[in-house]
Amino acid sequence: MGFLQRLKDGLKKTKEGFVDKVTNIFTGRTNIDDELFEELEEVLIQADVGVKTTFTLIDKLKDDVEKEEITEPEELMQYFQKELKSLLQNDEGGFNFDKDLNIIMVVGVNGAGKTTTIAKIAGRYKDQDKKVMLAAGDTFRAGAIEQLQIWGDRLGVNVIAQQEGSDAAAVAYDAVQSARAKGVDLLIVDTAGRLHTQTNLMEELKKVKRVIDREAAEIKAGVEVLLVLDATTGQNAISQAKLFNDAVNVDGIALTKLDGTAKGGIVIAVKNELQIPIKLIGVGEAAEDLQNFDPDEFIKALFSSEE
Amino acid sequence: MIFSSLAEKLQDTFDKLRGKGKLTEKDVKAALKEVKMALLEADVNYKVVKDFISKIEERAVGKEVMESLTPGQHVIKIVNEEMQELMGGSKEDIAISSEPPTIIMMVGLQGSGKTTSAGKLARKLSKDGKNPLLVAADVYRPAAIRQLQVLGERLELPVFSMGEDSNPVDIAKGSINYAASHNCDTIILDTAGRLHIDQEMMEELENIKGTVEPDEILLVVDAMTGQDAVNVAKNFDQRLDIDGIVLTKMDGDARGGAALSIKAITGKPIKFAGTGEKLADLETFHPDRMSSRILGMGDVLSLIEKAEKSIDQEKAKALEEKLRKNEFTLEDFMEQMEQVRNMGPMDEILGMIPGMGGAKQLKNMQVDDKQLDYIEAIISSMTPEERRDPEVINGSRRKRIAQGSGTSIQEVNRLLKQFRQIKKMMKQLNSGKMKKGGGLNLPFFN
Ligand SMILES: Nc1nc2c(ncn2[C@@H]2O[C@H](COP(=O)(O)OP(=O)(O)OP(=O)(O)O)[C@@H](O)[C@H]2O)c(=O)[nH]1
Ligand SMILES: [Mg+2]
Repeated sequence: MGFLQRLKDGLKKTKEGFVDKVTNIFTGRTNIDDELFEELEEVLIQADVGVKTTFTLIDKLKDDVEKEEITEPEELMQYFQKELKSLLQNDEGGFNFDKDLNIIMVVGVNGAGKTTTIAKIAGRYKDQDKKVMLAAGDTFRAGAIEQLQIWGDRLGVNVIAQQEGSDAAAVAYDAVQSARAKGVDLLIVDTAGRLHTQTNLMEELKKVKRVIDREAAEIKAGVEVLLVLDATTGQNAISQAKLFNDAVNVDGIALTKLDGTAKGGIVIAVKNELQIPIKLIGVGEAAEDLQNFDPDEFIKALFSSEE
Repeated sequence: MIFSSLAEKLQDTFDKLRGKGKLTEKDVKAALKEVKMALLEADVNYKVVKDFISKIEERAVGKEVMESLTPGQHVIKIVNEEMQELMGGSKEDIAISSEPPTIIMMVGLQGSGKTTSAGKLARKLSKDGKNPLLVAADVYRPAAIRQLQVLGERLELPVFSMGEDSNPVDIAKGSINYAASHNCDTIILDTAGRLHIDQEMMEELENIKGTVEPDEILLVVDAMTGQDAVNVAKNFDQRLDIDGIVLTKMDGDARGGAALSIKAITGKPIKFAGTGEKLADLETFHPDRMSSRILGMGDVLSLIEKAEKSIDQEKAKALEEKLRKNEFTLEDFMEQMEQVRNMGPMDEILGMIPGMGGAKQLKNMQVDDKQLDYIEAIISSMTPEERRDPEVINGSRRKRIAQGSGTSIQEVNRLLKQFRQIKKMMKQLNSGKMKKGGGLNLPFFN
């Protein structure tokens, strides 16, 4: 079931048992007490917002209560929503391509959804009549090149590939040259999944980025690095974002697998701590299951539950 | 490190209440607040944490603090015991069918590591003398079959597939005949990743299960999973009655609290841990190591246990006597050192001490195995008299000792200085503060 469908269903269910947990916390009582904050803590933590961000938020609210002399729980809810939104502000979602050739390098840990997200982005811009090209930069994982090629065939998009085991930077180099020669608008470079703690693999990633940067500079192409995070991930996403950002300067995040029951709240912490904007969300396995990130919708979904 | 260590925080909490005989409710609450934070930071599910903490509180309040431990360590000990109990004691192996083939079915979310784990398991089983057959039942993800075939080639093991236009149930069924005719005694089914709430796809797994009746259904879970681990595990277990869990990507820096959540929710054992991308990177799961990892405190408990085991209690008593009378000599020093060394390689032991896990700190540490070799060489080059009374060691003796031990005068000096400091410390301890051998029995690490 797609995310939109889920949201629609969700809205329909408002009357019949679809629960907004946060609203319940604030409207179901007359006093602002410890229990309220504890329930809020529970909801935030269970959405993977993370310990640190959760307690920062709760401390802020407690301050608000004191300073603004708030006594009504419902009034406090408005403060809560304001604080939460301010954490995600300025995130418009989507890309802003303004060069003749735009290059996206996609990075992330194993199994996060990089290759699928690439296919989804390619599908979207192909539909907008852009000339799209893919580069099979995962030369490591068994079957990774074929996986991208199958997507390329399905979407009718050119895939630049070498053999398994070849140098990923060389693939990227080839791809940029080819993209330039063929007048491509958007080149998306896949990379092998790697744990952010594997220093040698992170060095290799830096090298791929250097090659892309160098070749792009020559032809004034735009380059951006997209980090793919799995919404099922907990606190480790912060470490992932930090280390990938240190290595290759992440410009944006794609949050995948939001069609499950995981809430992906950890991106709030990531945003809060690293100021990396969230651009896209993945809501399924098909090419069309990609949406621009929308803070309001995201927050709404964060606290909803079907009970 | 992103997470400040629990052990350090507990240290702060307990510095204020050193020397108390019993754990009061207030002490325990203060300590458990830190434990709760640590567990949440490790991604243990909120509800699981809540239950767990209240159980510990019940157990800990009023407990007499064990002689050899500080109150903080005692609470950690209880926490750790409870955690280990929760996560299951000893290792559990795969059920082997009395009548071949043994069928193992891998299930889990997308991207959790099923295919790689299937390959790793095949390798392990073949090393154990089995003849495994890998079965490509993921017909959905592009090139998933190809991925398994490549792994099979690398392992030189057969892979059964019927292409991606067949039904996974038929593939599973077909693999049994194939196994029989190819002399394979074990079948490993690699199924497609799926969401636990995807009814149709979950039914597919139920159908495979109903058709081939696997001996072992393993749920593959990513160690980085957050709060949602409970939903995933609950659903898969309810639908399929899984037999165990494989925890993947343990080579990263995730604390892996999902392990605790899943065990608490399903009661099913975690059987294997994936520790790298290579096919050899599969380990039997160790609940004890996992609890320390989740708590973010190194293997502090293992250290305490090891210390208790390898330090000869008789000798320890004699030593305590000597310490009390201030008769501690370099000979005793060497003996103590040997006992410490019996616990294992130095870097490993140091790695278990909270706050010393980071490689950087280890590098700055002056004590490594080589250093200990030097110390031993130096002391053995001394005469018995010198060992008993280092004060007699003058300049020319130092030179002799340095030469005899193949070290330098500076190193001899450093050892003598360290020894003097230790004696001074002992004296202070004897003069009152340390009545009952508090702290670890390892004076040289304090
Ligand atoms: N339900 C769901 N599944 C997804 C989504 N995005 C990707 N997947 C699935 O997750 C699995 C892994 O996706 P890949 O795109 O291969 O992930 P990757 O990061 O390229 O993986 P590696 O190259 O192995 O590191 C596949 O089964 C995808 O179909 C999503 O938004 N929702
Ligand atoms: Mg990939």
